[in-house]
Amino acid sequence: MSESSINPLALYRTMLTIRRFEERCNYLFMQGKIPSTLHLYIGQEAVATGVCAQLRPTDYLTSTHRPHGHAIAKGVEPRAIMAELFAKATGCCKGKGGSMHVGDMRVGMLPAIAIVGGGIPIAAGLALAAKRLHTDTVAVSFFGDGAANEGAFHEGLNMAAIWNLPVVFVCENNLYGASTPFDAVSRLPDVAARAAAYGIVGDIVDGNDVSAVYEAAGRAVARARAGGGPTLLECKTYRQCGHSRSDPRTYRSKEEEAEWTKRDPIQLLAGRLLEAGQADQSALAEIEQEVVALIDDAVAFAEASPAPAPEDALQDVFW
Amino acid sequence: MTQMTIAEALRQAIREEMQRDERVFCIGEDIGITGGFGGAFTITLGLSDEFGHERILDTPIAELGLAGVAVGAAIGGLRPIADVQYGDFLFLAMDQIVNQAAKLTYMSGGTVKVPLVMRAPVGATQRGAQHAQSLEAFFTHVPGLKVLAPSTAYDAKGLLKSAVRDDNPVIIFEHKRLYGSKGPRSVEGALSPIGEVPDEEYLVPIGKGAIRRAGKDVTIVGKLLTVYRALEAAETLAKEGIEAEVIDPRTLVPLDKELILASVRKTGRLVIVEEDNLSGGWAGDLAAIAAEEAFFWLDAPIKRVSAPDAPPPFAPVMEQFYVPSAERVVAAVKALF
Repeated sequence: MSESSINPLALYRTMLTIRRFEERCNYLFMQGKIPSTLHLYIGQEAVATGVCAQLRPTDYLTSTHRPHGHAIAKGVEPRAIMAELFAKATGCCKGKGGSMHVGDMRVGMLPAIAIVGGGIPIAAGLALAAKRLHTDTVAVSFFGDGAANEGAFHEGLNMAAIWNLPVVFVCENNLYGASTPFDAVSRLPDVAARAAAYGIVGDIVDGNDVSAVYEAAGRAVARARAGGGPTLLECKTYRQCGHSRSDPRTYRSKEEEAEWTKRDPIQLLAGRLLEAGQADQSALAEIEQEVVALIDDAVAFAEASPAPAPEDALQDVFW
Repeated sequence: MTQMTIAEALRQAIREEMQRDERVFCIGEDIGITGGFGGAFTITLGLSDEFGHERILDTPIAELGLAGVAVGAAIGGLRPIADVQYGDFLFLAMDQIVNQAAKLTYMSGGTVKVPLVMRAPVGATQRGAQHAQSLEAFFTHVPGLKVLAPSTAYDAKGLLKSAVRDDNPVIIFEHKRLYGSKGPRSVEGALSPIGEVPDEEYLVPIGKGAIRRAGKDVTIVGKLLTVYRALEAAETLAKEGIEAEVIDPRTLVPLDKELILASVRKTGRLVIVEEDNLSGGWAGDLAAIAAEEAFFWLDAPIKRVSAPDAPPPFAPVMEQFYVPSAERVVAAVKALF
C-alpha cells in the first residue's frame, strides 16, 4: 500500500485494534491479571493511526507513558505488547519495561519513554543520525500537551529547527496533563502556535478525525523526508478514560465527556465509511471479528507465556 | 613516544577515533566555532577545521537537549562524544543521562544500545560553587553507566578511545587542574602533568586500575587530581619509613575491586582520597567494599580524606583548605600507625 493512498478500512482496523486491545487490558487489569497501572489511549486512536500510517517500519518513533496505541499502530506485535503487560518473559521488553515502556526497535519504536517530554530531544537525535547517515528515515515523537511545557520540548525543537532535521513532533493535546487543564498552564491555547518560536511549520488538526490526521501527517512526513525540516503537528483530541486506572475524573464535567464521546474517532470513521458506501455493516463486523480474534490470541499467548526468572533482573544492565 | 598533556592526549584520541570511524562525532557547546574556544578547555580546538562543523557540532546552550540529541544519535547508529563545559552542568542533563541513556538498554530487554560518551570536567579551580564540583559519586550510583576517571595523558587517550568503542553510555570525568590547557583557557594552579604517549595505536581497557607506586605499609587510593596528592604524600611518608602503595582505579564503573582489595590485604591499611564531598561520596562506597571483603586483613580503621560537606568555596585560601592536600593525606596515614 503506498503512503499517499490508503484504504480507510485499514485505518479503521488499526483504530479498532487499539480500542479493543485496551478495553481488554482494562478488563484484565480489573481481574488482577495485569499488575501495576494502565494509561489508556481510548479516544485518541485516530492520532497514532493516522500518523503511523504515513511511516515506514524503518522510521523511528518515540512514545510516552500512554504508548499502547502508538505501539500497535507502528506494528509492534500485539502478542508481545500483551505479554509485556502480563509481565512475562516473552514481552517486547522481556518483562523489564511494562505498560509504560513498550516498544520494539525492529519496527522503529524505541521503548516508550515515560518521563514527560523525554522523547523529544531523543527523536531529534535519531533524526540527526538519519540525516548524517544519508538515509531518508524520519523520526516522529508523540507527546501530550503537558510535555509542551517541559524544557526538553524547547531544547529539542530548537535544535531540530536549527539543524533542519527530519523529525515530526506530534502533540496530542487531550486537554489535560493528568488533572490539570491545558488552559491553566499555557496562555496560548494552541501548542502548534509555539512552532513560530522555532521558525518551523506548525499545524493544527482535528485529532479525532483520522483522515485529517493522516493527511496532515503526510504533509509533515513528506516535508521531513524531502529535507524540509521539522513540523510541530498538534492533534486536538480527548482522553476518554482517566489519566491512569486510579483516576475518578472529578476534575472535568460529565457534559464535556459526553460531548467528546459523541465525537468518538472510531464512530466518526465508521459513520463516514457507511455514508460513503466504502463499507457496509457486514464488512465492519468482519473487521470486528478479526480484531477480537487477534486480541484473544494475544491474551492466550500472554497467559501461556513463562514469567521471567527473578534473577533476570540482573540481565541487560549493560549491552 | 611523544610527550603530551592530558588535553593534547584527549584531542588526539578524538582525532584518531573520528578518522577511524565516520560515525564518531562531537557534540557540545562552543566546541567548534571558528575563532572560538575549542570547548571550555581547548580539547576540541582545531578539530572543526579538520573534520568540519557537521562532525564537531556546536549546540545551543541547552545541556538537557544536547544530551538527549546525543542519546538519540547513539541509538540511531552514530557514536557521539558529548561535552558539557563544566561537569556541574550535567545536572541540567540528568533526565537524559540517568533516566534515558542509562536505562534504555535495560528497559528494552537488551535490544537497544546507547553508545554515548559524555565528557565532563570536574574539580575546584577558583570558580566558586557552581563550576567546581566533583560529581563521580552521583554517576557511579546509577546502574547502566560506565564511569571513567583518567589521571594521566596515557590513560586519558587510551580510555577515551575505549569509551568511544564501547556500546554503553560512558561518562569520562576529567580534572581541570590536570588538563594542561594552554593560553587563555589555562587554569590557575594547575598541575598539568605531561606524560608519555605511544605513537602507535593503543587502548586502555575499561575496568583495570593501576598501581602508581608500590608499597607495603598502607594502601592509598586516589583518583584524578588526588592520585597526585597521594603520590606526594607517599614521598613524604617514605622519608619517615612508611611505604605507601598508591592505586589509581582509572575506571570507577566497572571497578577493579580485586586490585584494591589485594593491596589492602597486603598492607592492612586503607586511606581513600577524593575531592568529592565526604557524605555519600565514592570514598565511602569503597570503604564499605573493603570493610565487607577485606575486614579481617585490616590492622586499622579505613580513613577517608575528602572535601568537607560544604560547597566548593571561591577564595583561594578557602579552596586550598577545602581540596584534600598531601599534608592531610600524610596526617591521615600517620594516624593509622
